[in-house]
Amino acid sequence: MEILVCVKRVPDTAENEIEVNNDGSDISRDDLVYSVNEWDNYAVEEAIQIRDNVGGTVTVISVGDDDSEEVLRREMAMGADKGILLSDDAFNGSDGKGLASILKAEVEKGKYDLIMAGAQADAGAGQVGGMLAAMLDLPYASLVNKVEVVDDKKLKVGREVEGGNVEMNDIELPCVLSIQTGINEPRYVGIRGIRKVASVEIPVHNASDLGISPDTVGGAGSRVKVLDYFVPDLGEGAEMLEGSTEEIVEKLVELLKAKGGIK
Amino acid sequence: MTQVFAYIIHKDGVADDTALELIAAAKKIQADAQVTAIVTGSGSDLDAVCTEVAASYNEVLKIDNENLAYPNAEIIRALLLKMLPSDAILLVPHTTFGMDLAPGLSIKLDAAFVADVVEFEGLDGSTLKLVRQEYSGQVSTHVSCDISSGGVINIRPGAFAPDESKAASGTVVDKSSEAQGITVKRSYLETVVAEVGDVDITKSDVLVSVGRGIEDEDNIEIAHDLAEVLGADVSCSRPIVDSKWLEKSRQVGTSGQTVKPKVYIACGISGSFQHLGGIKGSPFMVAINKNSKAPIFQVADVGIVADILEFIPEFADKVKEMK
Ligand SMILES: Cc1cc2nc3c(=O)[nH]c(=O)nc-3n(C[C@H](O)[C@H](O)[C@H](O)COP(=O)(O)OP(=O)(O)OC[C@H]3O[C@@H](n4cnc5c(N)ncnc54)[C@H](O)[C@@H]3O)c2cc1C
Ligand SMILES: Nc1ncnc2c1ncn2[C@@H]1O[C@H](COP(=O)(O)O)[C@@H](O)[C@H]1O
Repeated sequence: MEILVCVKRVPDTAENEIEVNNDGSDISRDDLVYSVNEWDNYAVEEAIQIRDNVGGTVTVISVGDDDSEEVLRREMAMGADKGILLSDDAFNGSDGKGLASILKAEVEKGKYDLIMAGAQADAGAGQVGGMLAAMLDLPYASLVNKVEVVDDKKLKVGREVEGGNVEMNDIELPCVLSIQTGINEPRYVGIRGIRKVASVEIPVHNASDLGISPDTVGGAGSRVKVLDYFVPDLGEGAEMLEGSTEEIVEKLVELLKAKGGIK
Repeated sequence: MTQVFAYIIHKDGVADDTALELIAAAKKIQADAQVTAIVTGSGSDLDAVCTEVAASYNEVLKIDNENLAYPNAEIIRALLLKMLPSDAILLVPHTTFGMDLAPGLSIKLDAAFVADVVEFEGLDGSTLKLVRQEYSGQVSTHVSCDISSGGVINIRPGAFAPDESKAASGTVVDKSSEAQGITVKRSYLETVVAEVGDVDITKSDVLVSVGRGIEDEDNIEIAHDLAEVLGADVSCSRPIVDSKWLEKSRQVGTSGQTVKPKVYIACGISGSFQHLGGIKGSPFMVAINKNSKAPIFQVADVGIVADILEFIPEFADKVKEMK
């Protein structure tokens, strides 16, 4: 099976506190630690497991700047066979549709049976996978937490819905899936693994390689634009307990006794 | 005036809470919006839902077809593509169904798409201004959306107070014929219900809930210790279950359990809407987080900025001492 997995380089929220920058034009990017989007890492693991079961190749692909090469390499160290970087200044500021159209152009240059994306990335949109499927006229299933290869024409997939229930579906290949976390246990990537793939060449394709007219993507081609970043004022918020740990603990115990939190 | 449609999610003959939230959202776009509900399904359950929502919507489009007995987003996408006018605004709840349906639908309609909207700030010509969140709610954004060729907008459940006025008494129009002849490449088989675990957190009065801030599987122990001295149960956020550190039945949130304790102690949990969506009945909420700007502090009653790995054991010791 020829599998393509879309991966994005994002600020790692487990490692950073995300704050708005001085003029509200962006988050503050100084000293941010980046990593592969959590959902995408599960998608790559799933792709590798499917390939190891039924044969084929796994290609990882990202739209981003030169730094995105590092996440492609990390996913190759995990076991992906190939990486492709789609990079052009014209891509900056693309909305979900723009990103999906860039990815579509590359998908059409190959022949893939299965395309995977993460259920969502840092902006919490969850849009690129479904948009790509629609552009390619392929069937789509989102929030997938179970994949079973039935034969070379069909998969059985589970979608995780409300309450943790799993909605089972048959889906014809080729198709697009967006992957939910928890579907597998992504393997650990050590520094040695990264070193092994350090010299593998990652092709970079720009707008003209992909036959994309620059005015259809990037800020210029986007109907959806972020105007500014801010921290909302949501009223009072919590009463913050301050003082030494001992003082805080004492106060907390009092409060919990009053609220029935200590039996 | 742009026509506004709302997709109604329902189950067992009852409309979801989001049905009335979408009206409120539509009125934030245009105060005098005339909103049309689209209700798909099959049989008497569908009729009951149509009657229910007609009290609140100006018009209800009912689509009855046995293939719609379960809401397969692939079928409903094809259906809506046939039904919606080209410059319509469609509001969809940002649920697992809405996430499945909407992005692809926007492409097929050539309409703009925005996910997980929490507020609208007006429509100026064909520019809709709205508010979303990024990074699990750590920052918010103002977003402009050009709806000159229509818009598909996913609305966060719970973000808009439901419009309970029931002031519409709309007519139900049968559009079932639109569902004829749709074939898709994905078919629904069955729903596998989540397993029940040994602890039923939906019945707990006091929950000590751990999130990614617990950092390591071995540290879960300190939460169990605290829970024991408090007479509480341990619950958690999704990443803890994804890492297989606790069983799925202890996960609080939209894709886990809905809990209604008296006291909820959130330890190292950031406060994403999917997590908070599983906490009902306004418990007394204590949040312990090392990031003073964590969104959980906006909703908690009491907040403590601390490293949980140090704070939880001290807290447990103090409670023990008292006993
Ligand atoms: C369709 C869908 C359904 C979902 N359903 C659910 C669901 O049911 N339940 C759920 O929980 N999530 C759900 N999620 C995931 C959700 O979006 C968030 O990713 C998740 O809730 C984050 O969990 P968290 O707060 O533990 O982790 P994070 O967001 O990573 O937050 C960790 C917090 O711990 C703090 N911290 C770190 N170290 C320490 C320390 N030593 N001491 C104190 N504080 C510390 C950090 O400051 C941070 O605020 C769902 C997502 C999707 C897309
Ligand atoms: N810049 C990008 N490059 C490659 N894939 C992306 C990019 N942005 C989003 N995706 C894919 O789309 C998924 C959903 O992201 P989003 O729609 O932005 O929430 C991600 O998990 C990725 O699989």
